[in-house]
Amino acid sequence: MSRKRKMKDTFLQILIWTFSLITVGFLLWMVSYIIFRGISGLNWEFITSEYNLYRGKTGILPMIVGTLLLIAATLIISVPIGVSAAIFLTEYAKQGVLVRIIRFATESLAGIPSIIYGLFGYIFFKGTLKLGFSVASGALTLSIMILPTIVRTTEEALLSVNPGYREGSLALGASRLQTIYKVILPSAIPGILTAVILGMGRVIGESAAVMYTVGSVPKIPAVEQLLTSSVRTLSVHLYVVALEEADFQSAFATATMLMIIIALLNFAANRIGRRLVKEKGIG
Amino acid sequence: MEAALAPKKKTGLSYEKAIELIFAVSAFLMIFSVIIICVYIFIEGVPPILEVGISKFIFGTEWTPTYKVPHYGILPMILASVYGMAGAIIIGVPIGIFTAVMLAEIAPKRIAGILKSAIELLAGIPSVVYGFFGLTVIVPFIRVHLGSPTGTSLLAMIIILSIMVLPTIVNITETSLRAVPREYKEGSLALGASKMETIFKVMIPAARSGIVSSVILGMGRALGETMAVIMVCGNLPNMPKSLLSTVSPMTAAIAKDMSYAGPFHQSALFGIGVVLFVFIVLLNLVLNLIASKSASK
Repeated sequence: MSRKRKMKDTFLQILIWTFSLITVGFLLWMVSYIIFRGISGLNWEFITSEYNLYRGKTGILPMIVGTLLLIAATLIISVPIGVSAAIFLTEYAKQGVLVRIIRFATESLAGIPSIIYGLFGYIFFKGTLKLGFSVASGALTLSIMILPTIVRTTEEALLSVNPGYREGSLALGASRLQTIYKVILPSAIPGILTAVILGMGRVIGESAAVMYTVGSVPKIPAVEQLLTSSVRTLSVHLYVVALEEADFQSAFATATMLMIIIALLNFAANRIGRRLVKEKGIG
Repeated sequence: MEAALAPKKKTGLSYEKAIELIFAVSAFLMIFSVIIICVYIFIEGVPPILEVGISKFIFGTEWTPTYKVPHYGILPMILASVYGMAGAIIIGVPIGIFTAVMLAEIAPKRIAGILKSAIELLAGIPSVVYGFFGLTVIVPFIRVHLGSPTGTSLLAMIIILSIMVLPTIVNITETSLRAVPREYKEGSLALGASKMETIFKVMIPAARSGIVSSVILGMGRALGETMAVIMVCGNLPNMPKSLLSTVSPMTAAIAKDMSYAGPFHQSALFGIGVVLFVFIVLLNLVLNLIASKSASK
């Protein structure tokens, strides 16, 4: 190689390493900075006490409960619909105009910014359907928002089921539906679980669409009003304490909590993914 | 269920049909959702645009909905959104593409694994956390070192957005680099090209349509980002004159004003939503055009 070519090569190689280091470095910087300033505030008292500024309580128990409620309600709506839609797309629909339209719809839903979902949920679920600021309004809005994630991930899982299973089951006289229930879905369960985890991550991280549908009441709702009350999720809480109350200690602790949850979810998704690869390797 | 299935075949069949219908309805729900979202946003957002006047709304430079004589011009917000997006792309695309090259071609397995987890974590971190980091680290830095009075600025917004678009760009670019046929790479290497020459003169051009798609998706992400931006942009609908101007992009204006807006002000916010929506639809159209072009090749 000529010297000029060699220099160009080295230069590009340096660029690749530098830019990759920037990516990882920024992440490390952000994570370590937030955890460094937040971990001391993230104690048992903070996690388990109520939030009441008049009594000087700044705990996040209501936000943890609120987040869990919203996750549960959203997944109960979106997972059955998403999995059913994925089954329809992979097992029933013939490739054609119809499937193209459904795919286009899925892509469009994935591309709509969360604030637009917020506006829509505000006007439609809160307004037209009179659900008010409530877990129900939020869960319905977020369900639509995370459908593309659930459908795509489930579809991938269904498509990766060994076609021999499907053919074998059908050849043994099982109906199409029996094959789906007893053969295809069970072997696609890890993939569907990944879809659920990704959906959870979206719900936890979302704030723009949550603020104008769920509201931001920092209280644990009464048992008989779980779906009809407004709650505050951890993400919305971070926004409120950081920007409106300028209570940075709580904000750092809440941000740390969010990071830990997201890291755990990613870890879980990875574990499932790795098991999937292993199983396929054997099969 | 099975007991009913075996002896009476007819009910069994209709049961199957019913379940199949549920599958189909679920899939159609997505089409229905897209339609109803469009309809509701437009029904709510188009009338105020018409009332203000389309060109006055889009090209007006003053946004003073709470004044006695209110003005509803959103050009400053459109520009802030577009500049923010452009800045994020200018910084994020090179970093993203080079990182993707690292992942797909250079890094040994261990390092690639670490890098991959880092990207996944970046993708999963909530946007409020990005915003909060911007608020506590980047904004003060700009205030102290670059002489902006508050630090909240277009520049802070661009920095945060360029990190946030990275996962989108890296993931899709990596996938499309891996999809380049092996023969291209091997052929190029066999002809005496170096590894770098092969990557930059053969593989990246071959993965072009995927890379362009990743950039467009990244643009959509930057344009639609709300909560991270709201915490670092300053939320004043000024015309963005320099990188240090306090600005308010469309998303931030909607989210910030919704909490106190009066009736017409609120409708006007839906009007901003319509404009944002149109931007996103245009991006999606370009994306589809690229996808169908590369499919027909």
